[in-house]
Amino acid sequence: MRVVPAGDLALSVEFAEEISVETNTRVRALEYLIQQKGVPGVVETVPGYRALLVYYDPSATSYDALCDALQPLAAQTESAALPPPRHIEIPCCYEDPELGFDLVKAAERLSLSPDEVVRLHTGFEYLVYFVGFVPGLPYMDLPERLTIKRLDTPRTKTPPGSVSIGGAQCCIYPLDSPGGFWVLGRTPLKLYDPGASEPVLLRSGDRVRYRAISRAEFDELAGSPARSGGEVKRD
Amino acid sequence: MIRVLDAGPLTTVQDGGRAGQLRYGIPPSGPVDRRAFVIANRLAGNDGGAAGLECTVMGPRFEMQAACAIAVTGADMPVTVNGSEAPSWAAIDVKPGDVVKIGAARAGVRGYVAFAGGLDVPVVLGSRSTYIRGRLGGVEGRAVRRDDVLRLLPAAAPRRHAVMREARPDFSGDPELRVVLGPQADRFTDDGIAALLGGAYEMLPQSDRMGARLRGPKIAHARGHDIISDGIPLGGIQVPGDGQPIVLLVDRQSTGGYTKVATVCSFDIARIGQVKPGQRVRFRAIDVAEAHRLAREEAASLARAVEEKV
Repeated sequence: MRVVPAGDLALSVEFAEEISVETNTRVRALEYLIQQKGVPGVVETVPGYRALLVYYDPSATSYDALCDALQPLAAQTESAALPPPRHIEIPCCYEDPELGFDLVKAAERLSLSPDEVVRLHTGFEYLVYFVGFVPGLPYMDLPERLTIKRLDTPRTKTPPGSVSIGGAQCCIYPLDSPGGFWVLGRTPLKLYDPGASEPVLLRSGDRVRYRAISRAEFDELAGSPARSGGEVKRD
Repeated sequence: MIRVLDAGPLTTVQDGGRAGQLRYGIPPSGPVDRRAFVIANRLAGNDGGAAGLECTVMGPRFEMQAACAIAVTGADMPVTVNGSEAPSWAAIDVKPGDVVKIGAARAGVRGYVAFAGGLDVPVVLGSRSTYIRGRLGGVEGRAVRRDDVLRLLPAAAPRRHAVMREARPDFSGDPELRVVLGPQADRFTDDGIAALLGGAYEMLPQSDRMGARLRGPKIAHARGHDIISDGIPLGGIQVPGDGQPIVLLVDRQSTGGYTKVATVCSFDIARIGQVKPGQRVRFRAIDVAEAHRLAREEAASLARAVEEKV
């Protein structure tokens, strides 16, 4: 673990240089401990895979005082208990090549049938490592068998709701964006809805499962008011 | 109320910014030149964070539908009321029917218009600031456009104008920006760091509220330009594979996977926001303790910048 300055308003607490559930759990544990203990001067925290960016008010604390307050908390992250995660089911239409336009090619690349890709993709519980880059974009892990090199030529446009894989990651595009991931399907849920009272659907630490739906169900859910389908389940 | 007659190329409603949302991927937004914005508000008799307009390169033209004190600060943009020249960095009393025009910037990039009481657009996630990419805040999540009607909140108890006590900033020269090295300075060669701190970097026209894109001596990486994605601080200087720096600003992506060689100090963000394409900046490294000392000085100077007239 090390702490490095990130300008005069933030510092970064870095754990092992790897993408793993263990290391990310320490990041989330540190964020949770900061919330619980109310560390003076901390104004905002941003988790990543292996580092927590801590924004602070330098008129309320000093860099050294904040480091001194964070060190013992960081040391507790290996054993700290996190609150139970939220479990969220994401309906996803894989069957229509208009929505899951890379499914067949990805299956070929992985030497699997499209059905096997869907079976593996829906048979796994994903961890949301963190949300970032654009509003509501979840960075998640992936079953090892689905690990796949990113597209050689990124797309310039990826429709919102595209459920996609690249490297050892799964993500869902919340906004129309360029993208280098293979799109397996699309969810009718809005990952980001600026008009909602909580615009962002997923959060760091959530556990996600995908449920395969038909195109008819996709159209029905997509036409219903945002998120009224009761897909978000809390423990 | 005010009615927008011409919006200018990019005019948005901004307030003090949207705190606490970076962990959901939503940036703080708010004014790039916070200093000028706060001064405009104080001149108009508001708290520093009341919602006003940020305009870019060229200002808007609008008609007042109520009597009000307004103030224009930031980039050096000519101000007229009904065609007659009016002062900037000062309060102006306007009355219903008055047409205010804010022209093209002669120096600087971003101008600010504050209205007594502040603009009344809906508060979204604790802020009225516009974040266009996320279609959030401001006027329906977008830039202000012609024929928009913007409501004003009731002004605080009427009081005499405030006055500027400090000299107006001069945006004509090439500034030196203070940086704290890191968080990933160790991912660059010594020559790469020396280039950053020794060279002049030209502002590119692709720059926006998300980031200032610069071109200059190559900042060489020691071992690759990708990192495992982590949070990007305000002022973070991201260096992708081409070795050219991007200074991340108020509408930045919350996280990213490029190395960040250094971080521009909070008190110099306002200045980089006023650098025109073609102008150059230089960087000077200071340590965190020195940065905090300068931040305190800047806060004290801002508190003194405007004085209430009794």
